[in-house]
Amino acid sequence: MASITFSELKDTSSRYWFLAGLIGLFAALGLGSAYYMEHHGHIVTGMNNSIVWGMPHVFAVFLIVAASGALNAASIASVFGKMVYKPLAPLSGLLAIALLAGGLTVLMLDLGRPDRLIVAMTYLNLKSVFAWNVVLYTGFFTFVAVYLWTMMDKTMGAYTKAAGMAAFIWRLVLTTGTGSIFGFLVARDPYSTSLLAPMFIIMSFAYGMALYLLVLMAIYTGSGRPLGDAILQRLGRLLGVFVAAVLYFVFVYHLTNLYFTKQHAIEKFILMDGGIYTTMFWVGQIFIGGVLPLVILLNAKLRASRTLLVAACLMVVAGGLAQMYVTIIGGQAFPLNIFPGWQQSSSFFDGAIHHYAPSLPETLLGLGGLAIALLIVTFGVKVLRFLPASLADADVDPHTKA
Amino acid sequence: MNQPQNTENQAAQTVDEHRRNFIGTSAALAGLTIAPGVMVYGIAHSKPEQEAVTNKVRWGMLIDSSKCADGCTDCVSACFTENGVSLPSTPPKETDSQWIRKVELKDMRTGREQSLPVMCQHCEEPPCVDVCPTGASFKRADGIVLVDRHICIGCRYCMMACPYKARSFVHEELTDQSPDVPRGKGCVESCTMCVHRVDRGEKPACVEACTKAGHEAILFGDLNDPNSEIAKRIASKATVQLRADLALNPGVRYEGF
Amino acid sequence: MWKWTVGIIAVLCLSIAYATSSSAPSVGPKIVIDKSRAGDRCVEDEDFMRRNHMKLLMHQRDETMHKGIRTEKYSLKNCISCHASTKDDRVIGSDEHFCQGCHTYASVKLDCWECHANKARPKAATATLPAATESVAGEKK
Repeated sequence: MASITFSELKDTSSRYWFLAGLIGLFAALGLGSAYYMEHHGHIVTGMNNSIVWGMPHVFAVFLIVAASGALNAASIASVFGKMVYKPLAPLSGLLAIALLAGGLTVLMLDLGRPDRLIVAMTYLNLKSVFAWNVVLYTGFFTFVAVYLWTMMDKTMGAYTKAAGMAAFIWRLVLTTGTGSIFGFLVARDPYSTSLLAPMFIIMSFAYGMALYLLVLMAIYTGSGRPLGDAILQRLGRLLGVFVAAVLYFVFVYHLTNLYFTKQHAIEKFILMDGGIYTTMFWVGQIFIGGVLPLVILLNAKLRASRTLLVAACLMVVAGGLAQMYVTIIGGQAFPLNIFPGWQQSSSFFDGAIHHYAPSLPETLLGLGGLAIALLIVTFGVKVLRFLPASLADADVDPHTKA
Repeated sequence: MNQPQNTENQAAQTVDEHRRNFIGTSAALAGLTIAPGVMVYGIAHSKPEQEAVTNKVRWGMLIDSSKCADGCTDCVSACFTENGVSLPSTPPKETDSQWIRKVELKDMRTGREQSLPVMCQHCEEPPCVDVCPTGASFKRADGIVLVDRHICIGCRYCMMACPYKARSFVHEELTDQSPDVPRGKGCVESCTMCVHRVDRGEKPACVEACTKAGHEAILFGDLNDPNSEIAKRIASKATVQLRADLALNPGVRYEGF
Repeated sequence: MWKWTVGIIAVLCLSIAYATSSSAPSVGPKIVIDKSRAGDRCVEDEDFMRRNHMKLLMHQRDETMHKGIRTEKYSLKNCISCHASTKDDRVIGSDEHFCQGCHTYASVKLDCWECHANKARPKAATATLPAATESVAGEKK
């Protein structure tokens, strides 16, 4: 196999700077929104005492889940020894770190007291899943950073496999932790299930791979570096398998709930008469995020079209955000049942469907997180050697017949 | 306006300790004259102020919904006044803080109607304490569940975890809080069982208000003391824990529904 | 490199000299302690309080919050009751108010008052009874 040359993006065209500026603008808008929210309090968001987690959490959890999935390419290369994926590994690590940083920024800036970040790091209640996650996030940054080091420093090459394995195990633990933030909520019927942990892992595979493909194609097209079909075909097919697996988990989750009589009310709400949440579920999560991309990705001919491949990835991302919206906000919109068997009403909206309308600042904060992640990638590939000079079929895998 | 200090200045040049103790005593005396019933109870139960609370006591409440009058919200008003929380706006907004609320119930099959107050249930195994990343949500030795606002970062995970919708998040800047009840923007809050009153030997505001209204639907006391009225009632009558299926053993119990 | 270091130190020295000489009368926080309200002495020596009030408050905060220990001596309420302005009973509001004045001078952010009442509770209800007669004597002093 020909040795792969990695190089920085030497592109200093106005197009690069325009793109960087545009992303930077969104990042700035996100930070500005956070300042606005912090100054006025959460009254300027759509969140309230019933829907306590809103748009920022939709984006933050999506980004954190996707971060773990962005590591797919690297894991396949180092852990499962597939040489074809090796050139893809450094970017995979960079994207993983960037997405996690973006997601955590959103999560942190949405706190009621973001100024107390130091408290969050120094006072840890070891029984809290959130506190576990603080450790998991820190570990993920460290493991992936070390992994990147072993890949990018030739003298460290011998440790790549070990570092890759550590990062791989850690990412599975990390996403188990993310899923368990919801899975361990004993009081809320839509959440209290251990299924959420593996479901979040498989979701991470899909979201992360979709974002990875989008970033890869954008950079290679933008910089004019060769990007062969072989690699895209492989990654696309793999994404298809992940999307199918997500659909399977969603199916099992709802099937179980539909069997349990006590869960019928919440299922009816999400699947039938939940208004925006029902639409988000069927149109966003299932159709746009599942069925449509599946049709494209599992069909070699359709997948071969780069336009359709990009469309499929964008749909997986959109569907993922819809899935987060339904899971996080839809799950809170349905009232807690404190008095089973009784119709309940109060000035505190007991027994009522809770209302939530995302405000502009909180949405901008969420988008800002994505922008921060993309900004880190844009900057990273320019200053360090994350990208192979060519990903043309012949350079990646000489055995591939185009 | 601030006579007590002057009193002591005149009495001695070495002021502080004595002066302060004196104010404390005079305050207690004044309290005694203002509300004798309350203080008599208090003297029987209050602990010396320098002593830490212990788990020998577990404060609890027993709410009898058959005595809770339909349409009466005296407990709610008393709570909000005591704690400096503004009363819910009309119509209520989902961003209003509500430490206690009257819930109207209607049996889905028989149509029987009930009404009762719901507040923090002060669980023995509080899910809010489990999930709190910083330990700001905590349970005092005497069973009262509180938020330490000094280390609350406002993540709202406790609100996700609470089965009783007992907690509120302060969405806006507040001014003119009660000196006894600090509360502010960006932190989570809930019923404190009027911990500042309990510590000086008084009953929670809601309990007092309900008694004053003549309903006596809320009984407050030490669940651990077999001779207390609440412990006797719980031992002799059928009472209900909300979401008993979760096995959280709340300190607030209900009867009559 | 050396030139730069020397230069920076020189500028710093000059500016400090300027600050301490030309504007000497306005240096230091303007703190008004009204002895008719505060009495003659704080709960500890002034020097000790200046350096350690935050430690005392932090300790007391945890004792009260978590253990229900409500001794008055080091409590925030006790600080306010003596140090509040006699004009509006508050400890913040302008740089002449006790807490704010010093904290502005020292550039240390105050976080207490986002939650805690910054106003002394009117004493009428608690202590008028025994103090009514002696208050006149207090004013004479």
